[in-house]
Amino acid sequence: MYSEKVMDHFSNPRNVGELPDANGIGQVGNAVCGDIMKIYLKIEDNIITDAKFKTFGCGAAVATSSMATELVKGKTVEEALELSNKAVAEALDGLPPQKMHCSVLAEEGIKAAIDDYHARQAQKEAV
Amino acid sequence: MSKIVYADNAATTFLSKHALEAMMPFLTDQPGNASTVYAYGRAAKRAVEDARSKVAAAIGAKPEEVYFTSGGTESDNWAIKGVVELRKNKGKHIISTEIEHHAVQHTLQYLEKQGYEVTYLKVDQYGNISLDDLRAAIRPDTILITVMTANNEIGTILPIAEIGAIAQEKGILFHTDAVQAVGHIPVNVSEMNVDLLSLSGHKFKGPKGTGALYMKKGLRLPALLQGGGQERGVRSGTENVPGIVGLGAALEEATANLGESMKRLAAMREKLVKGLTAIPYTRLTGDPVHRLPGIASFVFECVEGESMVLLLDQNGICGSSGSACSSGSLDPSHVLMAIGLPHEIAHGSLRLSLNEDNTEEDIDYLLEKIPPVIERLRAMSPLWEDKMAGIAAAAAAK
Repeated sequence: MYSEKVMDHFSNPRNVGELPDANGIGQVGNAVCGDIMKIYLKIEDNIITDAKFKTFGCGAAVATSSMATELVKGKTVEEALELSNKAVAEALDGLPPQKMHCSVLAEEGIKAAIDDYHARQAQKEAV
Repeated sequence: MSKIVYADNAATTFLSKHALEAMMPFLTDQPGNASTVYAYGRAAKRAVEDARSKVAAAIGAKPEEVYFTSGGTESDNWAIKGVVELRKNKGKHIISTEIEHHAVQHTLQYLEKQGYEVTYLKVDQYGNISLDDLRAAIRPDTILITVMTANNEIGTILPIAEIGAIAQEKGILFHTDAVQAVGHIPVNVSEMNVDLLSLSGHKFKGPKGTGALYMKKGLRLPALLQGGGQERGVRSGTENVPGIVGLGAALEEATANLGESMKRLAAMREKLVKGLTAIPYTRLTGDPVHRLPGIASFVFECVEGESMVLLLDQNGICGSSGSACSSGSLDPSHVLMAIGLPHEIAHGSLRLSLNEDNTEEDIDYLLEKIPPVIERLRAMSPLWEDKMAGIAAAAAAK
């Protein structure tokens, strides 16, 4: 069963929504498996100044998206890349074993958004 | 306490007060083992036989054709494994459907590993099988047909009497898992041409851990449990006297006003279906007409079922979902897959199951609370965003 913290982040998700001025957007998961996370990051001077998400998925998918975006806010890009799925799960006081894949998705979502940021930066520099 | 609308009666029900009252003496000052000869034992024996008569009357059987078990799962296991053992010299082929309850489906899968062959009849979008498919599937070595009376997830009622007639004509034993049907729609074993029928007490306001297997006279399956020889030697174990008494009382009560109760429930269900299918990109699952009076089942696009159930719980609503996340696997329920729903839509399933305890106010409450939950989940769903963007783009292209 879910911890109080998971239920809190599910019921009152932090950072839910879109970020119009995001400069790194990552989407992971697929509808067939029942989980999709879209992570929006705003990165200024290598610091993640804002993070938001949209998620289609179960209670754990919503809670891990919420927690992961909380954890990376204010971090440098390098620090955010080190965010592990375990850290997300631990910050939520644990997840049921069959829900650990949701925390993996959250970690991958953050990485995908940072990859997108890097790709955009590279493109800018090329221009 | 804040309001709670219990709309998960297909999962389990509240115990009926009538059943509880009938059980109380056997939980307190009547401890008798029904196999003993002194007064306590005789009282217990009488109570068990009285309950047997009530169950028999409710399904159109003779008392001696009713065997008490621990529930639907045991009845299903016993019926299927029993026939297989009884008919082992005749063949190794069984016919069933793609939408059976796990108590049947997993028993069949277990037998497949032992070398049995199972044909799972396909169902249409409403969960109905084709009788022509059934006829075509029958082989000389077919020993059993097992088809549920009504489906637990989508409420579809299957053509049991017609299937039974075919089985009879071909001399094949026919079992039906009637766990969702008994106490909710008329069930008559002779009209349905069944040889074996499973029922479960807690689905019609009886106690949990109680059930029965109807076994047609003349048919004697080998025992699943060996022991003291209770239930005429085929189901050993000291009788669960309070449970059996509660089962009998609850079933008697459920079938007493069945016609009226069905009408009232179907009207409430229709109001619920009409109200919720008005939400865009929502559909009813199961047969729109031939369905259990109390089961309203839906899929809401771009919403995931477990999230929906959790948010409904926060609004005081108990319902259930067949999404992957509620089952612990990555696939949505086999029933929703069998009726042809794509994975991403099947993930958004919701089942609301009513019984005679539900009121008009409950329906109004459900219709008030559910749409905002769907809206909230869609607002945070990237799938919904894509869908709306796609629709806007298509409109702009025109």
